[in-house]
Amino acid sequence: MAIEVKNIVKRFGSFAALDNVDLKVADGELLALLGPSGSGKTTLLRIIAGLDWPDSGEVAIDGENALSRGASERQVGFVFQHYALFRHMTVFENVAFGLRVQPRAIRKDEATIRARVKNLLDLVQLDWLANRYPSQLSGGQRQRIALARALAIEPRILLLDEPFGALDAKVRKELRQWLRSLHNEIHVTSIFVTHDQEEALEVANRVVVMDKGKIEQIGSPGEVYDNPATAFVHSFIGESIVLPVDVAGDAVRLDGRPLNIPALGAASGAAKLFVRRHDMAVGPAGTGALEGAIRHVRSFGPIQRAEVALSGSEGKTVIEIDAPRDRELQAGEIVSLQPRRYRIFAAQ
Amino acid sequence: MSMQTGLATSTTQLRTYAPATDVGVAAPAPRLEIGRAEPGTARRNPRTEPGPIRLVIIALAIAFLSIFVVLPLVVVFASAFSKGIVAYFAALAEPEALAAIKLTLLVAAISVTLNLVFGVVAAWAISKFEFTGKTFLITLIDLPFSVSPVISGLVFVLLFGAQGYFGSWLQAHNVHILFAVPGIALATIFVTFPFVARALIPLMQEQGTQEEEAAISLGASGLQTFFRVTLPNIKWGLLYGVLLCNARAMGEFGAVSVVSGHIRGETNTMPLLVEILYNEYQFVASFAIASLLAMLALITLVAKTVLERRLDEAEVPDGD
Repeated sequence: MAIEVKNIVKRFGSFAALDNVDLKVADGELLALLGPSGSGKTTLLRIIAGLDWPDSGEVAIDGENALSRGASERQVGFVFQHYALFRHMTVFENVAFGLRVQPRAIRKDEATIRARVKNLLDLVQLDWLANRYPSQLSGGQRQRIALARALAIEPRILLLDEPFGALDAKVRKELRQWLRSLHNEIHVTSIFVTHDQEEALEVANRVVVMDKGKIEQIGSPGEVYDNPATAFVHSFIGESIVLPVDVAGDAVRLDGRPLNIPALGAASGAAKLFVRRHDMAVGPAGTGALEGAIRHVRSFGPIQRAEVALSGSEGKTVIEIDAPRDRELQAGEIVSLQPRRYRIFAAQ
Repeated sequence: MSMQTGLATSTTQLRTYAPATDVGVAAPAPRLEIGRAEPGTARRNPRTEPGPIRLVIIALAIAFLSIFVVLPLVVVFASAFSKGIVAYFAALAEPEALAAIKLTLLVAAISVTLNLVFGVVAAWAISKFEFTGKTFLITLIDLPFSVSPVISGLVFVLLFGAQGYFGSWLQAHNVHILFAVPGIALATIFVTFPFVARALIPLMQEQGTQEEEAAISLGASGLQTFFRVTLPNIKWGLLYGVLLCNARAMGEFGAVSVVSGHIRGETNTMPLLVEILYNEYQFVASFAIASLLAMLALITLVAKTVLERRLDEAEVPDGD
């Protein structure tokens, strides 16, 4: 089902958790809300679920006004960061809960409920844990049970709050791929909240980057990575080299020295130059826009990471670049650096 | 005041129970080392006090408890049975004694039931909602613990007595509150109100609202959420509160004494009757009733220990 969020404002005291947020989610999408803590992403998710209420604005699920209904009537599957499994019920009863509390008129009979729970446990590959209690499960197992429980009510949309946040790195990676393939299988419109960019880029069809209660950019993982719309997105997603520059017309200057790269339409005045680590080409001295002395090189896998002290800054500006290992760099070597791809944003 | 500190300590015990068992598991090793301490070696286990000091401290604690707790209990039972078992049961079968037991059970039933409901409601409000005046409400819940029970009784005399605010109206409508069961029940409810709420608030605060939110998002109504999720999670804490509430309700003396009027066979609860009989030099009868109250205390103690263990199990974190 499609979700549409319009002009949502939510304040906690004087703090604006959500400041005029608009968002459209298409049917069947797997969307990531990505942002640092305090960016308002969880609040937005909770408002869509009906667990929080906005001060103003509209939420529509499948064209219907969702704000006129409470959380229990929205048929929204919600997976909590800390799972929130019912600790006094077995795994089976946890998953069956949503079916057992249905109004008598539409409640299924016991055999149907049992069959459906069994299907769901099979889906999350944990049918052998049916009679255990949540405290006897590992974090990853709990997360999958929480998901099965949310799916039991045949939710119109599925919302996941930091679904992998409390898990260790390895389990996290496995569950990510698993969630992707699960979504391909059941195709329910899903939104998940994360502060982990890698997770967002790897799992979602589309990524919504949020900061301070506002949406900074919406786009495919490729778009937000390659064409960040704002300085925030550039620095939040992927590793960036950030240099303070001055823009005058089409000329860019660093510490008063011209850089020989076009300003790409950035407004004149103080600005910041953003370059990805691997987008900085290394060449012999005197051939590029920047020059510096290599201080330290670490090689791992296909790349070598070098710390370079830029000349003209009295060695104060040190940047880290990733270079391919076609030519081994040496500490002490003077090299030139040329940004292959870069963005310039006005300094705030 | 003493009740308040008493409760505070019992909750602390409750919270620190699990770490305490850990220490218990680790303890045997140091104890062994002390046993083996060879003469001439000045080295002692740095983790604990020297053996003699520990012995003195433990002996002091046991001696103190024996004199102030065990001895009185023994005296109660010894005096109750001093004229033999027949006299004991004869004293309990007296109509006055039976009336007092009945009244005590009735008042306890009323006040425990009402405080159960009020306590759950108050704990729910405090732990699951944010509202202004919350701190004030928490303080107010503790009020009965910090006020002398005699004052609590006097409040009801001031309200419902012949010279009180509602006195003349009550008299005109022939409603008896003071010197009757309603007054005793009211005073008992007032004095025992904090037990259930106090037992539940920390538990419910720790459990948070996530499971309730999960239940609601799965389509459960408010009542379904309460009975299927909240109540099972707090049941041991609730029983614990009810147990303490009941013990106090049956044993309350001060507040009840003020509002009861001491009408023999009608408004005397067990503690009141104990005092009356004692003042009339009927020691066997007096201690026979007192032994019932003492037994109630012992049963409460055992049940409390069991419940505390259950509570610790319920509180074991999900371990993530």
